[in-house]
Amino acid sequence: MSKIKIAIASGKGGTGKTMVAVNLCRIASESHSVAYLDCDVEAPNGYIFLKPDLTECFPVKQQIPLVDMNRCTGCGRCAAICQFHAIICLHKEVMVFPELCHACGGCMLVCPENAITEIGRDMGHIDIGKKDSIHFIQGVLNVGEPMAPPLIKAVKNVSHEADLVILDSSPGTSCPVVETVRDSALVVLVTDATPFGLHDLKLAVETLRILKLPFVVVVNRADAGDRKVFSYCSQEGIKILAEIPDDRRIAEAYSRGELIVESIPSYRPLFASLKDAVLREADLNSGRSK
Amino acid sequence: MKILISSQGNTPDSAVNPRFSRAPWFMVYDDALQTWTAFDNSKGMDVSRGAGIQAAQTVSDLGAKVVISGIMGPKAYKAMNAAGIQIYIGASNTVRQALEAYKNGKLTLADEKSASGV
Repeated sequence: MSKIKIAIASGKGGTGKTMVAVNLCRIASESHSVAYLDCDVEAPNGYIFLKPDLTECFPVKQQIPLVDMNRCTGCGRCAAICQFHAIICLHKEVMVFPELCHACGGCMLVCPENAITEIGRDMGHIDIGKKDSIHFIQGVLNVGEPMAPPLIKAVKNVSHEADLVILDSSPGTSCPVVETVRDSALVVLVTDATPFGLHDLKLAVETLRILKLPFVVVVNRADAGDRKVFSYCSQEGIKILAEIPDDRRIAEAYSRGELIVESIPSYRPLFASLKDAVLREADLNSGRSK
Repeated sequence: MKILISSQGNTPDSAVNPRFSRAPWFMVYDDALQTWTAFDNSKGMDVSRGAGIQAAQTVSDLGAKVVISGIMGPKAYKAMNAAGIQIYIGASNTVRQALEAYKNGKLTLADEKSASGV
């Protein structure tokens, strides 16, 4: 059986992506072999709720240029080709700004003196672990590191035996989100029912339409704001798979680092039917693309 | 010697642009010839990342040895400092007044601490 990838994303931050992702994982693990991938590498927090036993940890390196100044003639071609201003040539002084480097290797290719080689630089690490039958993988970006996508790619490349993969994305619509969701069978957009939630939901919807990815919506704290998210979704023909109420008990359990489906069993049916609906949608869309 | 001042406009009477790297214009004063030239930095204004480095490259390409601005980011500072360019911060009012302030020794020479971009 091939893997089904479901990405949990949002526009606005703090809408409940991780809450939905970890509870879906727990429920789905009763019927599927599940992997949870924390792709929110700037602030991974799924481990707080899944409490995995970490068994493996390895660094992720990014290739950056290393200039041999004995060979360099200061021609400046490396600086001219770099689209990210990661290498600069001032008065025959070549400097590398590693945090801006996208590791494309262009500077190395154009250097007529072969003065540039690459060295690996730590950008973060990956933790691998397990909680019961759930495979747990998270990327942790080093503090101050501006580029998450290479690490997210590495997280997605970790091999595991699960057939259902749940990817917990960072909020927003920028490169890390695109990297996380890009090859998913379905993207679940978690929003809250506020004007701010709706504003950023629209941005996320626009992004996913450009990426031609199928998506559905989960409304969290559904009774706390107004009805505009609902009218927007119905106008746009976007399916809302679940509405999670604004329940103080959920907030309390979450703040204690607990899974909602375990500490408030009355929410099990909501997440179980969300899981069924998500799998149905993912299946429907994979059928459509064939 | 060429002195480069970040500017909001393309004349010596334009206001100093407080931020260096994303300034719309760079006004370059040639001390020997006593002439002003304007460099359009709109390309640097809109760059998403690495504006400081691009600006440092521009300064180097224009052959300026002294740079005057309001504030300076760490990357622009690091690059220009390595290239032996003198960096003065704390300039305000017009470009011409900033040049006078520099000549009268009223501006601060930036160091690694003060070139924090704020």
